[in-house]
Amino acid sequence: MTDASLAGTPEPRATSSILTVDDRTRKRNAAEARFRAYGIAAIAVGLVFLVVLVSSILFKGAGAFQQSFITLNVDLQEAKLDKSGTRDIEAIKKVTTFGYNPLIDDALARAIADAGAENPFTKGKDLRKMISSGAAADIRDHVIAHPEQIGETVAFKLLASSRVDGYLKGRVTRDSLARDKNLTPAHLDLVDALQTAGLVTKSFNLDFITGADASESRPEQAGIGVSMLGSFYMMLVVLACALPIGVAASIYLEEFAPQNRFTDLIEVNIANLAAVPSIVFGILGLAVFIQFAHLPQSAPLVGGLVLTLMTLPTIIISTRASLKSVPPSIREAALGIGASNMQMVFHHVLPLAMPGILTGTIIGLAQALGETAPLLLIGMVGYIASNYPDGLIEGFMAPNSAMPAQIYEWAKRADPAYYERAWGGIIILLLFLMSMNIIAIILRRRFERRW
Amino acid sequence: MSFAKLTASTLAIAAASATAASARDQVQVAGSSTVLPYASIVAEAFGENFDFPTPVVESGGSSAGLKRFCEGVGENTIDIANASRKIKSSEVDACAAAGVTDIVEVRIGYDGIVFASQIDGPDFSAFEPIDIFNALGAKVVVDGALVDNPYNQWAEFNAALPAADIAAFIPGTKHGTREVFEDKVLLAGCEAAGAFDLYLEAAEGDDEKARKKAAEKACISVRTDGRSVDIDGDYTETLASISSNTDGIGIFGLAFYENNTDTLKVATMSGVLPSTETIASGAYPVSRPLYFYIKKAHIGVIPGLKEFAEFFVADEIAGPDGPLSEYGLVADPELAATQAAVAAEDVLTN
Repeated sequence: MTDASLAGTPEPRATSSILTVDDRTRKRNAAEARFRAYGIAAIAVGLVFLVVLVSSILFKGAGAFQQSFITLNVDLQEAKLDKSGTRDIEAIKKVTTFGYNPLIDDALARAIADAGAENPFTKGKDLRKMISSGAAADIRDHVIAHPEQIGETVAFKLLASSRVDGYLKGRVTRDSLARDKNLTPAHLDLVDALQTAGLVTKSFNLDFITGADASESRPEQAGIGVSMLGSFYMMLVVLACALPIGVAASIYLEEFAPQNRFTDLIEVNIANLAAVPSIVFGILGLAVFIQFAHLPQSAPLVGGLVLTLMTLPTIIISTRASLKSVPPSIREAALGIGASNMQMVFHHVLPLAMPGILTGTIIGLAQALGETAPLLLIGMVGYIASNYPDGLIEGFMAPNSAMPAQIYEWAKRADPAYYERAWGGIIILLLFLMSMNIIAIILRRRFERRW
Repeated sequence: MSFAKLTASTLAIAAASATAASARDQVQVAGSSTVLPYASIVAEAFGENFDFPTPVVESGGSSAGLKRFCEGVGENTIDIANASRKIKSSEVDACAAAGVTDIVEVRIGYDGIVFASQIDGPDFSAFEPIDIFNALGAKVVVDGALVDNPYNQWAEFNAALPAADIAAFIPGTKHGTREVFEDKVLLAGCEAAGAFDLYLEAAEGDDEKARKKAAEKACISVRTDGRSVDIDGDYTETLASISSNTDGIGIFGLAFYENNTDTLKVATMSGVLPSTETIASGAYPVSRPLYFYIKKAHIGVIPGLKEFAEFFVADEIAGPDGPLSEYGLVADPELAATQAAVAAEDVLTN
């Protein structure tokens, strides 16, 4: 409206267009590009770690699934095993495993002579170091089961000792044996001769998956089967205790409880409990279940109860989340056609929340399956998983270990062969955890409803 | 719903019957991690040769095992405690206070304690107790006076040793091995270095005995500037520490070393190389007896307990040709007396 504006040329306006990129836009774009690069780098680092971890586990643990065996024709001499000749089973049982060692020595010396090799050992005890010290027990068990075969020559596929096994797997070399007192390079020459004769073989080691733990002197015989059963019984206890308690608690808190300070306090505490370190539950379990309630030590029942305490917060939190995700319209519709509160919950809300509850439960179980710390305190780590439980009650009450505890125990032992077993155990444990997580994903995919 | 009901009732019945059938039928053992390998070997052979189930063996250290042993009498307490040292009179008192009065002591043999380092590390091949004391003692003697340990390298006090940083991994205080290390190495070195006399002069106390005790206590105190690390776990933890530290020196049991000769090299002590022979003859100075303790009140209650103890010390197990000495235990020359004591259930007198 003023003269000036009419008279003069209009002032040049700052030219900016979305088609030309100015400095600030360039800066913002660069920041975004950088952020994307950071993200990709983070994922790449994670992937690299994952690949390194998985490949090192597979590389180190694969050996545990293979085992070396030596096939020997053992002469079951009547003079040694059944002096009376009556085939009385009690008399045969009196011959201990030590009585079977000379038979193994004879069979081994004969096999070496047949293979055309020179036997440099004068003492049977030195020669026998090639064979697992568990071999005598295998033969004794066979003789007790088949007393009629005494006097015959029977072919046995016996475990090779851990050093021989390590030699065939490349873990033990002639150099490393130079200072070893358990085996000498001369033994390895015999192993080579026996291998040429076809008596030393490597085959898949089913006993590692189904077998019991072994003592320090025979890692070749150790298996994870019994502790797998221990884990199984513990998971049964966790499932039977944590699922009903957890679901009941969360239904009450979510659907029925009044909103007041007290329920708020409970809610905060449940969230806090989920973050409590698991070893704390172990101490609690020791004090309450073993010292106060006098439950037996090392029992899967106690282990399961301790892990229940640990899993409960996880289950409660996930159950409440899935109850919350059921839309209020479902509840209102049910109440509107005259359902009681309880009918509303059990007929309508709970079935819709079920996939989420199950997923949370399975994740909680998987977490409990991999837990070692609380088991340390209730006596489930050590040389424990040596007997198969005898029936259901024994399964809950008899001392047993669990898979992660067994792995921890193996990693502690002196013989390097146990190290390989520990990695093998990790592979099996990871397979279990992976399949549980896959089941959880499948359940969620198949049954989850979205609104 | 009926399936759920069925499962629930089955579990309830199982739980109820489980509490009814409570009698424990296997022997439970806990304690020293040094004795654990031997105990597990015996337990395995016991399970194979007898109709009793295989005993359960846990580790945790001598002190922890004896503590659990002394918790009381009853099925939910352990039957046997393994120890790599003799039970202390304070522990016997604690046991008695909890009702564990009759304890059978069994010595199974001897174990050597060895000093080992990385196989391709510096040349640690010969030690004297005085070297270890100079390296690890809290105070050492310099020019006739006690000073805070000034040494950073082994060669600083003994030119025969390599010029490598001092880094020692010694067992933590809950291990029985620590006590033997203190008694037979640190204290011996302390006396050889003359530090004991200096401590004794400075010690305060009412009588000679109290002063001597104070001096001994000062002798075995270890420097705390990080050159000596307490390992509370097992020997595998010491091995891992040594593998990651070229200059590291670790303390191991003889059996553990013999299983890991491909990664460890051992040093002589006072000129003697540790082996089952030199330990049996007494030439190697750092060895100690291994024990287990039986709760007599449990004999006859827990099936197989006495049979297990007798089997443990039988000639074919603990003797010089048995599996235990094959694994690294030094057989006890007085094994026959031990066997007789176990058979007669002789209890400790305090």
